[in-house]
Amino acid sequence: MEQLYTRDTQAIFWNNNKTAIQRMLDYDYTIKRETPSVAAIVAPTSGNKFEKFFFGPDEVMIPLFKTTAAAKAAQPQADVLLNFASFRTAYDVTMEALEIGGFSSMMITAEGIPERLARKMNQTAREKNVIIIGPATVGAITPGAFKVANIGGTITNIVNSKLHRAGSCGLVTRSGGLFNELSNIIAINADGIAEGVAIGGDRFVGSVFIDNMLRMEKNPAVKYMILLGEVGGTEEYKVIEAIKSGAITKPVVAWCIGTIAKYYDSGVQFGHAGASANAESETAEYKNRAMAEAGIHVPATFNDLPAKIKEVFESLNLPEIPEPEINIVPTVRRSKEFICTISDDRGEECTYAGFPISSVATPDTGKGIGDVISLLWFKKQYPKWATDFIETVLKTVADHGPAVSGAHNAKVTARAGKSVVESLVTGLLTIGPRFGGAIDGAAKYFKYADDNGLDPKAFLKYMKGEGVPIPGIGHRIKSLKNPDLRVTGLMNFAAENFPSTPLLDYARTVEALTTSKKENLILNVDGTIGILMVDMWRALGYSETEINEFIDSGTLNAFFIVGRSIGFIGHVLDEKRLAMPMYRHPMDDILYDVPVAEKI
Amino acid sequence: MAQKAIREYDAKSILAKHWDKYFPDFTYAYETVMVQNGSELKEAAKTASWLNEKTLVAKPDMLFGKRGMNNLVLFKDAKPGDVSLEKAASWIDEKSTGEQKVYFSFDGDTPTGEPSIDKLTNFIVEPFTPHEQSEEYYVSATCVGDDDVIYMSAEGGIAIEENWDEKVTEIAFPITATEEEIAEKIRANVPKDVADKDKANFAEFCIGFFKAYRELNFAYLEINPFVMQGNKIELLDMVAKLDDTAGFMMVEEWGDVEYPTAFGMEAKSPEVEAIEEADAKTGASLKLTLLKPEARIWTMVAGGGASVVYADTIADMAGIDDLANYGEYSGGPTTGETKFYAETLLDLMTREPDPQGRGKVMIIGGAIANFTDVAKTFTGIIQAFEEYADKMKAVELKIYVRRGGPNYEKGLKDIKEAADRLGLYIEVYGPETHVTDIVRMALEK
Repeated sequence: MEQLYTRDTQAIFWNNNKTAIQRMLDYDYTIKRETPSVAAIVAPTSGNKFEKFFFGPDEVMIPLFKTTAAAKAAQPQADVLLNFASFRTAYDVTMEALEIGGFSSMMITAEGIPERLARKMNQTAREKNVIIIGPATVGAITPGAFKVANIGGTITNIVNSKLHRAGSCGLVTRSGGLFNELSNIIAINADGIAEGVAIGGDRFVGSVFIDNMLRMEKNPAVKYMILLGEVGGTEEYKVIEAIKSGAITKPVVAWCIGTIAKYYDSGVQFGHAGASANAESETAEYKNRAMAEAGIHVPATFNDLPAKIKEVFESLNLPEIPEPEINIVPTVRRSKEFICTISDDRGEECTYAGFPISSVATPDTGKGIGDVISLLWFKKQYPKWATDFIETVLKTVADHGPAVSGAHNAKVTARAGKSVVESLVTGLLTIGPRFGGAIDGAAKYFKYADDNGLDPKAFLKYMKGEGVPIPGIGHRIKSLKNPDLRVTGLMNFAAENFPSTPLLDYARTVEALTTSKKENLILNVDGTIGILMVDMWRALGYSETEINEFIDSGTLNAFFIVGRSIGFIGHVLDEKRLAMPMYRHPMDDILYDVPVAEKI
Repeated sequence: MAQKAIREYDAKSILAKHWDKYFPDFTYAYETVMVQNGSELKEAAKTASWLNEKTLVAKPDMLFGKRGMNNLVLFKDAKPGDVSLEKAASWIDEKSTGEQKVYFSFDGDTPTGEPSIDKLTNFIVEPFTPHEQSEEYYVSATCVGDDDVIYMSAEGGIAIEENWDEKVTEIAFPITATEEEIAEKIRANVPKDVADKDKANFAEFCIGFFKAYRELNFAYLEINPFVMQGNKIELLDMVAKLDDTAGFMMVEEWGDVEYPTAFGMEAKSPEVEAIEEADAKTGASLKLTLLKPEARIWTMVAGGGASVVYADTIADMAGIDDLANYGEYSGGPTTGETKFYAETLLDLMTREPDPQGRGKVMIIGGAIANFTDVAKTFTGIIQAFEEYADKMKAVELKIYVRRGGPNYEKGLKDIKEAADRLGLYIEVYGPETHVTDIVRMALEK
């Protein structure tokens, strides 16, 4: 890898640090990136599925996940981990991500990770060829391509410091605050930076100066390098060795801060945890002298660093870098109150999940109501067998006569002189755990039993323990000998069209057991629909988690609601047509048992 | 600073607490007490009967070595091994009265260099352990570069440093080394001078020692010497440092451990302690070291790196005699935290005027912040100005400000207006001015 990040680099951001993420997206917009640089956020304690951010004047949604594994599975192209976990958990987060794999670099911001853990983490990453930036860092940046979190500060400062486009300098520092300062100095005295890394202030950091500088040596955009070191440690000597051995040939300007430390004994800790000289060779003065002797451009003091940078930069006679056009992030932005991800009426023609209505409405399109449902409910184009199945379900559940609670309610309301919509909703309001709910329940319990490998006997025992009859099992009059033809129809359709029906196959083994106890304990129409819906989603490639979410969010009920609305409306219109009078329930059909209230 | 020295007593206590886990084949009596004076020792003898029953050794436990050379190890009254409880108590009282001179370097038996002078406040008392010189061994472990290194020697004692290269066997292990790899290598590298009868035991003890060093998050651990008599171990002297960043994981393992100020180091001032306390309570960073409180240049700098370059520049341009303090605030402290930090500094710098009659200088410096809101932190500084304006004028304080970052324009404007309103001398600069250039400006006035 010659370049740490490119314009296509995307990150998984561990911790929903909204300010830092917004800064990244503002940067993306400024430099005209097409995709946001954050592909996913890991927020273990959040119940939300996404977080809204501004992308220029507009808003985008970045998906939230509870685990790194889930985020990586959903966004496999995101190969940078930005680990913003605290010092208590940063190690675990990094190690888990290293285990998951597929990351090229990880940045760890926490300061004060236990040293042994930091060393183990750094070593493991090294073995897996993953670049670690930090811990205790503000990060890294490849100007014009990708910036980590807060590095560079505000957008105004980024543009002032020319961090919005690639310059010619490769910058490495320990300190995050001085990184920013150096970027500014380099923008004033030279032409900006091509890549910059703040390696972090803790004693044990992952990638050190030499690791980053060897990469920069290979990066053609980097013409010279600037190293800002610190008192303490021996990392600068590795750079000196690389220059002596010819591994680094590009000019290097360097300075080690902390020259003051020589005046005080070791009791005074100057700067970061890593900044403490244990030997004379670790003092800033000694290192500055050694670097100068190796041919590195070392100024007389930190105050003279800008002039030294200017001198080296000008000696390179580099062509001027054209200033690219940038987007200006609007200063006033208002967050949207509502989000719509299924249809869009802003263009010439309203679309369903990207498809103009005309492209799905008329018969010549070959699309049916099943296709419309797949677009508007699931934002996917389902294959024909699946949309046919959905339509079959809707047709099958459309009505079940006037006696069921919903139809009865609708009829009573219609007879009270109420409108179609009022009558309809009174019917719909009865749909729930007892009416129509067997579809949901069957899907839920049979899936649970199948997922957990319960054999039919164990499943029956489990349901007994739960204290509920098995949803989807049992019919008033139908039995194996006198089958429900609706069920037969659904099963035949599935047998011919579904790629496979594992849950139905399982349910049939349960049915074999229940019907051996009692004839009419057959798999009924609700059960068959719920179970086949699960099989449909499985065949369509949904994960078990996604299917569980469909069940939990009441999607199965939704099919029943749409289908049965057809029947309810039929009953309501029937009442209107017949001009039936107000209904009053016959008193002799009510058991009156009203004792006098006791005084308390 | 992540690595912190602990007392010998605490080091032994930590090992004793986990003894059976790391040294199941060995016994250690853990007969040791730490006291501050003779009467505490006598009090301790009421529960620790061995203090009455055995003869004793007493020495200061204050993070310094060469105690024998400084004549600070009590092991004989008339002859070696005859120190009674009474004698130990009176010796401790004698040594803890008044200040003691301690030399840290010796040429032969003659001390060289300047001694440290301080009071002896903590003593460790243990039984006198008669043993042969040949039963004394040495082991230590620390981190060198990326590796952990164990040092083992058949000869313990103070002379070990002089014969280091010949007498000490070193083995380095990467952080990822497994317990099996470590055990195998230690067994294969027992120093050849270890008595044959002790070789196997020596290896097992060192394996346990190294495991304890790793698992208990020691940054440095040394037993010099330990006495091995069959399976019986005595820890005659120990030095240890802990990685205090691991403290949150080691609450149980370390128990109530203290990080004392070393002998000869000035005790922390109440102001420094107050800042440390505030630092411990915030996610931001507040640090203060007093270098020379009577000096005329004070710094209040944001950021760990920037604070160092300001100190460097002041030392270069004015010399260290003029630099009063070192410190930094960073990581987005709140307005209140910044106010407290600024007040602490203002209080210190306005106590006395400059002895040479020059005005005092306050450098409010900082690089271009990544995420700290400059206006917010400056509001805290302004509030502190309001409290201390009169005292600031009394010491003719001149303020030089340089800062960039989020909201810096407002921060600079606010602080300038406030100083003008309060009649304070101030100059303010933004990112267009080189970060440390205000030091030059201040010194030219």
